[in-house]
Amino acid sequence: MALTGLEIYKQLPKKNCGECGVPTCLAFAMALASGKAALDSCPYVTEAARENLDSAAAPPIKAIKFGKDSVLGDETVLFRHDKTFYHPTTLLIHVSDSLSDDELNAKIQEIKGLEFERVGLQYSIDGVAVVQESGDAARYAKVAATVAEATDKSLLLLSNDVVALKAALEPLASRKPLIGSATADNYEAVVNLAKDNSVPVIIKAEGLEALEELVTKAQALGYKEFVLDPGSRTTVNTLENLTQFRRLAIKKKFRPFGFPVITFTSNQDPMEEIMEATVYVAKYASAVVLKTSKKAHLLPLMTLRQNIYTDPQKPIQVEPKLHSVGNVDENSPFYITTNFSLTYYSVEGEVETSKIPSYILPIDTDGTSVLTAYAAGKFEPEKIVEAMNASGIADKVKHRNIIIPGYVAVISGKLSELSGWKVVVGPRESSGIVSFSKTLS
Amino acid sequence: MSVALVKEKYSSKVGEVVLGATAEQGGTRTHTITVGGDSALPFLHFEGETKNRPVIAMEVTDVVPSWNDLIKNQIGDVINNPAAWAKKCVDDFGADLIYLKLDGANPEGENRSPEDCARIVKEVLAAVGVPLVVEGCDNAEKNNEIMAVIAEAAAGENLLIGIAEQDNYKSIAAAAMVHKHTLIARSPLDINICKQLNILIHEMGLPLNKIVIDPTVAGLGFGIEYVYSIMERARLGALANDKMLSMPIICTVGYEANRCKEAYATVAEFPGWGDLEDRGVLWEAVTASGVLQVGASILVMRNPAAVALVQKNIADLMGK
Ligand code: B12
Ligand code: SF4
Repeated sequence: MALTGLEIYKQLPKKNCGECGVPTCLAFAMALASGKAALDSCPYVTEAARENLDSAAAPPIKAIKFGKDSVLGDETVLFRHDKTFYHPTTLLIHVSDSLSDDELNAKIQEIKGLEFERVGLQYSIDGVAVVQESGDAARYAKVAATVAEATDKSLLLLSNDVVALKAALEPLASRKPLIGSATADNYEAVVNLAKDNSVPVIIKAEGLEALEELVTKAQALGYKEFVLDPGSRTTVNTLENLTQFRRLAIKKKFRPFGFPVITFTSNQDPMEEIMEATVYVAKYASAVVLKTSKKAHLLPLMTLRQNIYTDPQKPIQVEPKLHSVGNVDENSPFYITTNFSLTYYSVEGEVETSKIPSYILPIDTDGTSVLTAYAAGKFEPEKIVEAMNASGIADKVKHRNIIIPGYVAVISGKLSELSGWKVVVGPRESSGIVSFSKTLS
Repeated sequence: MSVALVKEKYSSKVGEVVLGATAEQGGTRTHTITVGGDSALPFLHFEGETKNRPVIAMEVTDVVPSWNDLIKNQIGDVINNPAAWAKKCVDDFGADLIYLKLDGANPEGENRSPEDCARIVKEVLAAVGVPLVVEGCDNAEKNNEIMAVIAEAAAGENLLIGIAEQDNYKSIAAAAMVHKHTLIARSPLDINICKQLNILIHEMGLPLNKIVIDPTVAGLGFGIEYVYSIMERARLGALANDKMLSMPIICTVGYEANRCKEAYATVAEFPGWGDLEDRGVLWEAVTASGVLQVGASILVMRNPAAVALVQKNIADLMGK
């Protein structure tokens, strides 16, 4: 979190010598606070002050990177309406090394299929948690290698046996897996293993007190690429812990908990498991390890994640220009909608399914839905006509029909008057477009 | 060093609202249901009480709905008999409340008379002991007519009736006041309109503990993030003692979730989305989970399988 000029000023030498390029220490502090200067320009700052400023300027929750582009942590607020949440919860699928080879391959295939496309967005599963349950170190290393071979997704290697963990990790270190877990019993060995291989490590203890102690000890080993696990395995306790971690890190800048948090589901029924995971996704988990890997289960969870982690300040928008679907010609139907990405892609998807090449013109409504735009006066006939003129649609088609969303049927009279085109009121929901399109000729 | 937990101290809490009335209270319900009363953010038992767990109102309509077959098959034959359907929701699916939606009143549809609507309400009241939520159709004018008659016919039952909106609240608020019912005040995803409407209704003389707010919800994947943040802000407002934001919240989860394509498109149409059976159930259940995390007190739901999942999730969150 950024420091204020005054907080920085307190740490400066107060010589007002001007060597930093601005006349006073206070002016320099202000320049630092707004990011316009670098601390190095002052030759007189003490080592202690430099450390204080560095650590105070460090983010409240450290960013931990692992695997293929997975970033955990680095969040700055408690509520998304305060600003936004930045790093969507990393979702990892639990794969046990006690599976048979056939089961393992089937599971890997299922995981690889967890790629989705909806309303113009791509969702894909982040990674695999390879968990040792077999008690056989060689088997564990083999399963980890098989998973790593089969997919380039992020990996979490989880075992209580340091020897097994080491054997699995070393050949895969270049994939930068997250490893775990370091507990009170084994933390020296596990943290050093992580340190030697430059990979992040899960620090696990039962409860916040024990965890704080263990993090402090682990840090004393000269490493801090940590992810926390408070050991809770019920929904309500995990929610409580997640909330405490986030509050302590952000409101209190409590350094031992300035790390991302990983959670594990406990419900056995896969649908109940998804419900449990939704709580963790909504409330601050940086990673969730799940057992189910069915598409039908993951799509709702990943959609919630996408929703919670979109920036509340700016809706996702598409370019408000004429789009064409398929091989359009002068007879192609002409649809209008809004430039809210969700709205646009709901429509585009259906138009595509209709198999009739068509034009779609999203009106610039500042990225709002049809009725929101209409209620806010952003979907007015005047504006639509202007957008039509700018798009050159009149030269592209020889018919003069505009298809409008069913929810704004009320604008048809005025729109037809202003444009001179015939207004056709389409269905309300985009799902009606396919059958509606069959009535066009 | 030890860990000093951060426990927020809030100056107020969400108001409590009682739904239904027993014989002693002038109604015919076997029990009442109390919602609201939370003194912290949802399910944070370490810093405040979640006094009354969130409840589920199952949706029953007076005309056979055009819901997808996976839902209708679970309901079975009773789908064309609101009273029997309601009873099944309570007996078999564990509904806390029945939400009766009188779509048949719509002038563009069956155009059912107010008296007919009132009769159906009475039949459902006779069939179940739980309190009732009653809403009309998509026509505001007609709703004013039917609600006046229903409110009178069910006087004393303390129904939760809806909906009052900014440009149409007077007649329904009056009906609630005169016949001792509780009112749903709906605002279009806007904290200020929400407060304003509560003020207007309160100024007419309806006490604050006779109002439940419907902030308007959206389905998973179709705008739920806006709802989430508006509800979270409303809950924080209630805890910070903003009395005009402190009513319990009702969310029409089933209606919104099942409008989303993901809740009804078959796997044949969208092979990439997985089997419809589980996906449809989760679409509604996850929508519910989203709003539970930001303070929903009454969830209006449709799919019995989703209801079961949400009941389990609530039990988990209550630590039961
Ligand atoms: C999320 C939301 C918001 C968000 C905005 C989100 C956004 N980026 O648009 C916020 C919180 C900001 C918001 C604000 C307001 N909102 Co608003 N909002 C909603 C909500 C909950 C969902 C909207 C949504 O995202 N839908 C999903 C998209 C995909 O739907 P869609 O654009 O309509 O597209 C569908 C169809 O129209 C169709 N379609 C689209 N294009 C086309 C084209 C053709 C040719 C065809 C055939 C079909 C078609 O396909 C899509 C899928 O079926 C709805 C209520 C609801 N549950 O639906 C209210 C709602 C739309 N809002 C409403 C209102 C009044 C407002 C405000 C004016 C309130 C206020 N005074 O503050 C403000 C306006 C803000 C402003 N100044 O811009 C009202 C509109 C009432 C009306 N009938 O006019 C609604 C209906 C709520 C209500 N019941 O009162 N809102
Ligand atoms: S160089 Fe350092 S001591 Fe001199 S004015 Fe700048 S900040 Fe102050």
